[in-house]
Formats: sequence, C-alpha cells, structure tokens
Amino acid sequence: MKLTATEIEIAEILEKDARLTNEDVAKMMDLSLEQTKEIIKKLEDQKVIVRYVTLVDWNKIDGHQGVTAMIDVKVTPKRDVGFQDVAQRIYRHSEVKSVYLMSGTYDLSVVVEGNSVNEVAHFVTQKLSTIDGVISTTTHFVLKKYKHDGTIYDADHSDKRIVVSP
Amino acid sequence: MAVKTNYLAKHVRALKPSGIRKFFDATAGMTGVISLGVGEPDFVTPWNVREAAILSLENGHTSYTANAGLPVLREEIAAYIENYFCVAYHPESEVIVTVGASEAIDLAMRAILDPGDEVLVVEPCFVSYAPLVTLAGGKPVIVQTSRENQFKVTAEELEAAITDRTRAIMICSPNNPTGSMLSKEEMERVASVAIKHDLVVISDEIYAELVYDELYTSFAALEGMRERTILISGFSKDLAMTGWRLGFVCAPKEIISGMLKIHQYAIMCASTMAQYAALEGLKTGRKDVNEMRRSYRERRNFIVRSLNEIGLTCPKPEGAFYTFPCIESTGMSSEEFATGLLQAEKVVVVPGTAFGEGGEGFVRCSYATSMAQLQEAMNRMKHYVATL
Repeated sequence: MKLTATEIEIAEILEKDARLTNEDVAKMMDLSLEQTKEIIKKLEDQKVIVRYVTLVDWNKIDGHQGVTAMIDVKVTPKRDVGFQDVAQRIYRHSEVKSVYLMSGTYDLSVVVEGNSVNEVAHFVTQKLSTIDGVISTTTHFVLKKYKHDGTIYDADHSDKRIVVSP
Repeated sequence: MAVKTNYLAKHVRALKPSGIRKFFDATAGMTGVISLGVGEPDFVTPWNVREAAILSLENGHTSYTANAGLPVLREEIAAYIENYFCVAYHPESEVIVTVGASEAIDLAMRAILDPGDEVLVVEPCFVSYAPLVTLAGGKPVIVQTSRENQFKVTAEELEAAITDRTRAIMICSPNNPTGSMLSKEEMERVASVAIKHDLVVISDEIYAELVYDELYTSFAALEGMRERTILISGFSKDLAMTGWRLGFVCAPKEIISGMLKIHQYAIMCASTMAQYAALEGLKTGRKDVNEMRRSYRERRNFIVRSLNEIGLTCPKPEGAFYTFPCIESTGMSSEEFATGLLQAEKVVVVPGTAFGEGGEGFVRCSYATSMAQLQEAMNRMKHYVATL
C-alpha cells in the first residue's frame, strides 16, 4: 500500500495525540475539514489506523499496578503454516498483550499482563507451556517501566524558558 | 572626593532599553500564563548534542580553542554552508565561531563602520540591530517596510534611504518578528541595490533552516554577492541551542580578518564545550532538525488559521517560528492589545512596536510552544477578542 506524504503525516500526528479534533488536524495540515475527514476515514478503513489508544500509568493507582512479564518462547514451526498457528494459539488468550516473531535464540516474544506474579505464573505453566509446539519458555518480570512506546513516564515537561525574549 | 553624577557615556545613556523587558516584568508573580512571547525553540537541545558536550568535559577539553573556533568545527560549518546553501568558504580564513549570532552582528558593525557611517536597518526587525550600529559609532537609518508587501523590503525603499555615507544593509530573512521571507527574485532586487551602491549586506540567516514551503536562498549565493555579504547564522534556532550561545559568521577573507581582530580582543574564543556540542549537531543533527521543522510547520498552519478565524488577519509566514497578526480590527494599539490580553487572559504576545515603529497595529505571536498550549492560547485570545 502506498500513502501520500500528507496521509502519512496525518497518521503520525494522530499516533502522537489521538485526541486532536478533525478541525485541529485540518488546521495543522492546512487542509479543509472535509479533506481531512476523508483521509482519516480512508486510514481507518484500510486499517492503517488500527485503534486509538491511551497510555495510562497504572503504577500510580493503588491496587492497579499489575504485573507485566516478557516471555521468550521457543517453538517447533509447523509445515505450511510456520509459526502462525502457534502464535495464534497464544495471542487468543486475553492475558496476552503482544506477540512478536523474533530473530535470535528464541522464536516468539510474548508480553503477558496479570494482577499478580501468581496469576502470570499460572498462565505460563498451565496455558502457555502446554500449547502444542511450544518447546520452552523463559519468563522475565518487568520491575519498572521508565519509557513506553516513545513516552517517558513522569518526564519533566516544564517550560524552562524565560517568559518573554526577543 | 565627590563622585561624578553619571559615569555612563552619553551614547549609552541615550540608548533605549528593549521594549520587551516591560512585558517580562509584567508577568512576574502571575501563574497560569501561556507565553507566545518567546523567541526561542520549545525543544530541548537534542540528546546526542548534549551528550557530546558532556563527553568533551569528561575528556578534559576545558581550555581555549583557536580564536576563530575549533578548526574541525569551522571545516564542518564550511561544508554545511556549501552543501545546503551552495556557497564555498575557506574554513581557515573565512569563518569565525562566535558567541551566538548576536556577537557576529556586533563584530560586523564594529569591523566595517567608521564614525558616522550609515547602515540601513530594515524594520520591523530583531531588537539589537540599530543599537549595535550606534554602539559601533555608526548611524542606523531605519527603512520601514509596508504591510501590503508583508513587510518585505523593496529596492525602492532601500534606494530612498541611501546617502553617500551608507555602508551596509542589515537584513534578516526569514524575519523576526514577521516570519516573512524574501523570495529569490526579491533578494536579487536587494542585491542589485547593494551592488549598484557598493554596499555590504549583513545577512542574519539564523532562521535559514526553519523554512516551510520553499527552498531557502542565502544572500551570499546570489551572483556578485559573496564578496559583499557577511553571512551570519548559528545553532540556536535549528538545533535548539539558544542557551549555548554559539553562532558563526562567514565572509570574505578581508572582512573576516578585521572581525577576528575584534573577536580575539573582546571574546578570545567561543565556549569550548559548546563548540564540541555544535560539532556533533552538524554531524548528526539533521534528523532532529527535520523533525523539529515539521513540528513547527504543523503549528504554524494551526496558529495562522486560528488567528484568522478569530479575526486577527495574518498571512502565512514562510519561515522562523513567528506570526505577526494585525490587531487593528480591535481598535487598539499594539501595546494596549498586548497589555489587555495579558491582564484578561494571561496570554503573552509581544507588541509589534518592540521591533520598530512600523510594527504598530501588529503583535508577534511565537508558535514555538506545545500544541496543547497553542490550542489553549487560541481559545483565550478568541474569548478576549470576542469580549472587546
């Protein structure tokens, strides 16, 4: 799929801040409101824009900190479908937040979220490792998130400039 | 023994303080202020550039550099100017690294002016040009540009101000405060005036990288202009390095040798760690500059449409990060508008008159501030204008 520079820029603008109104995006791109709506609709229809998300720092909320684990999974690929079939069996679980096929010493990188270490451990031992084709799992628990998807948690955004300058 | 009543020199006493100071003082103690009055990027210097400065300190680069600046930095500057603006300068004899573009402007005036020599200062413009001419013993001759022409100077306006004492034209394009940029044709007309009257053009090209719709042309790149152009630029605006105070000047050897004499006595050399930082910026900072440029362009588009919707007419400026909307529809003077806006809505804009009398009827709004702040500022300005 080929997109124009304008379409790409709109996708990038919304990727940074999905709450911008169509009017604001139109102004930023110097397009009419109609043109802008049309482009955004096209991006949505073509699933270029898949979903609008909000980054929440749950760590700030007592009782909602949760547990994130990144699990390296080794898999036996299957004839004709390769890794696709196993990946599918893994990502259908709602605990699984992402699944990536990796280069290197293991095959799938799986991100799992749960309410407690026990809950994640239960998922890994009972669900993940028992999937046909999964050879081994190595589970790494996330201790602290400093930066996520390009955003630094608790970054200092205060304006340090003098209020008026020539 | 009794002290003299005033130790200050007469010409310093006569110097007017910058009109911007007043607005700075007025905001003291206020909270919730949104400032569109800032003449510098809202970005922090890119990390790789900051890290280069840290590394230079770790490596103990804490001594002076050559007067004209680190040789390797001058080479990089010359290569950059040649690549991007198609003018070749010899790094050893035609480039000086200065303490901001501001120092370069001062050096230029002091190097070329004899007492009483005149410099055409195209207004509205940055606040320092005319005072620096005065401090160098020269006489600033203000050339007012017209709003109909988006404050772009014409050959006729320049011709009308030329006398037999005129030595130079001081010009800045893209311009602070208007954001407007001369097209190549418009520049050629200015150049022909300079050539006809054998004048130097002191070209403040600090916003050369912040141009949004068309290609930038340097004055020095025009035919017959390299030998009479003092090209001044720096790292403050494109690499968001204002606080580092680092600029540079490129000019023919004779002019540079004169400027270098003043620079070596007055300054010695620009800050060493800042020079190492700038070197990294030139080598690896293009991606950052491109990203910042795009962000400014989006914000420019946003603020121009918003101001026009509010009823403050404003053409789309080609460069820098300023808009210069007309506020005459409100029936107020620039200063009344800016003061009222600050008191009523806590939004800072700078009255056009801070940049010369010709700025009356206009205010400078900088869009080097976050989109969220800009949105809020536009809402407040809309409310202010609606309640007048």
